Amino acid sequence: MDEEYDAIILGTGLKECLLAGVLSKEGYKILHLDRNAYYGAESASLNLKQLFEKFRPEEFSSAKGGENSSKESEKVFEEKLKEKYGRWQDWNIDMVPKMMMGNGLLVKLLVHTGVHNYVSFKASEGSYVFKQGKLFKVPATDKDALRSPLMGMFEKLRARSFFVFVQDYDETRVETHKGYDLRTMTSRQLYKEYGLADETIEFIGHALALYTDERYMDFPAIHMVKAVKLYEESLARFNTGSPYIYPLYGLGELPQGFARLSAVYGGTYMLNKPDAEVKWNEETGEAIGVSATMEDETVGAGEGEEKKGPQVVTAKAKHAIVGDPSYFPKHSVQVGSVARALCFLSHPIDNVENAHSVQIIIPASQVGRKNDVYVFGCSYMHNVCAKGRYVAFVSTNVETANPEQELASGLSLLGTIDEKFVHICPIMAPTTDGIKEKAIISRGYDATTHFESTVRDVLDMYRRVTGKQLDLSQIDANEAATE
Amino acid sequence: MSNSSHGAQQSQTQAKLVLLGDMGAGKSSLVLRFVKGQFFEHQESTIGAAFMTQTVTVDDHVVKFEIWDTAGQERYHSLAPMYYRGAAAAIIVYDMQSQQSWQRAKSWVRELQRQGNANLVIALAGNKSDCKDMRKVSKEEAEAYAEEQKLSIFLETSAKSGECVNDLFYSIANKLPKQARATPQEGGRGGVVLDANAGQNRQKSQCC
Repeated sequence: MDEEYDAIILGTGLKECLLAGVLSKEGYKILHLDRNAYYGAESASLNLKQLFEKFRPEEFSSAKGGENSSKESEKVFEEKLKEKYGRWQDWNIDMVPKMMMGNGLLVKLLVHTGVHNYVSFKASEGSYVFKQGKLFKVPATDKDALRSPLMGMFEKLRARSFFVFVQDYDETRVETHKGYDLRTMTSRQLYKEYGLADETIEFIGHALALYTDERYMDFPAIHMVKAVKLYEESLARFNTGSPYIYPLYGLGELPQGFARLSAVYGGTYMLNKPDAEVKWNEETGEAIGVSATMEDETVGAGEGEEKKGPQVVTAKAKHAIVGDPSYFPKHSVQVGSVARALCFLSHPIDNVENAHSVQIIIPASQVGRKNDVYVFGCSYMHNVCAKGRYVAFVSTNVETANPEQELASGLSLLGTIDEKFVHICPIMAPTTDGIKEKAIISRGYDATTHFESTVRDVLDMYRRVTGKQLDLSQIDANEAATE
Repeated sequence: MSNSSHGAQQSQTQAKLVLLGDMGAGKSSLVLRFVKGQFFEHQESTIGAAFMTQTVTVDDHVVKFEIWDTAGQERYHSLAPMYYRGAAAAIIVYDMQSQQSWQRAKSWVRELQRQGNANLVIALAGNKSDCKDMRKVSKEEAEAYAEEQKLSIFLETSAKSGECVNDLFYSIANKLPKQARATPQEGGRGGVVLDANAGQNRQKSQCC
């Protein structure tokens, strides 16, 4: 570790691993460290033992007992878990549950980098929206609109013409613009042109374009139209009745996959470095390196070489130190919090046609809130829990001093809950773009249920590290050409 | 060896095979010898190879190995659980000229057993058998250990001379369950295959 790298990356969250993979593939010499003994940082999927260790340390440690008998009592704890929930290894519980849009940016990056070869995916089975106490399948196309019980007859026809417009819209072909300039017109104005009712606007904005609140209404309509198009294209890509896909064994496979990509291209990986710390040049304010205790630098060296024992080592970075905000406390601030409930069930979520994996959106206005509440259900079919089990996540942006109460509308949809872990995560963001400081910091994971904002942050971090743009549209064209 | 695709008369198994073992034990060299018949005295740590594939035929049954390399992530004990996911077989490699390498091999066996995959075929390979006079790990000790841990296969190999390398992979192919499986991880309903042809099956909207 005692040498110079092009970039040193701290934290093995999805964003950091994505960047590590892309940079390594371009020839950057990367050192990647994590304070935890597992991959994924904030975006890890934890097994049952790790989950209890994190959320119920008292149960975990009492079972583990004193130092001396720890091996023995760890076995006892494993047995206890097994009796109640099956094998602890069979659980992979997301800390930041999200779905992937089938035609979204993350899928493009997976294919571009070849990481799709390491991870298997299954489609999600359903996408629902909550209205007046009931769940409805989300209509996304002109044909869906005509069938949907969400709308009355005349509204159906209006929604249908809106969907036809969106489906046909092509930024580069003026004849599809129908005389609208979506760069200057707001979403509010476009909806008005089609005479859409408030309830229709609600599901388009929240269940299709996946906005978490109403601010988008007064921004240029192009963003909303593109977001709806992405939903439609994702729906059409796999023909599974849902635009979402989700990895087997949980989202934690994604950072692992990109870390492997980085390693395959020469990246060096070190987990379990609790004291990893950024070193700064006090005069210039630049990040210059990272220090961490190395157990034994001779691991992997030849026989007979003397073991040096633990020692603190510093590695230097030529271009930048990259990492999640937790490694840069002086350059990050809290910008919000997300409340999440992880629930274990023994049955599918109620009223979603027994779907094994499902996304439900509860628009804010339906439950008197400013932010939507999201429910995400998954099961053993995606290898995230023991056979016969189901997991459900309820999450939202925190608005009040009683965040757990804010999840109630989502929790009430689940039916009987066997086990519930609630956690409130602060969302941290960098206070600087980090170019001057050579410290490129990611934003925390927001409450959105998909990865579009995640990938955009990575693309921006890439620009801040390298000074160039990573053009995904270019990538897609190139890939198609080489196939 | 055979390249035949899903022939009607031949059943085919696709099997993910992972290699484990200390740095310098010869994991990559074994794979390179098996897949390409090559050996390099100073094999660089493999750059840019995610995994290699090789097909073997045992009694009219075709096994397509998808062989994963550690990509160096074992060096600081940072192998991801993903590495073991869906593996049908694992080869634990040690350098018979190194006690340290042998001790590490045993801890890899424990690590694998901790993953709790009962169907995993585990093979133990004592590599570098071409210079037996430098041996630091006796065949008897390794054999006894393999038996005690109920490992499926133990062989001494040399990636340099090629000794027993093919035997190693053929023995594994032999021990795998015979029934042809779908790609191990993609089975079941709703499995999707990602590729670059995004949106190819996109439906054009039609007027009704």
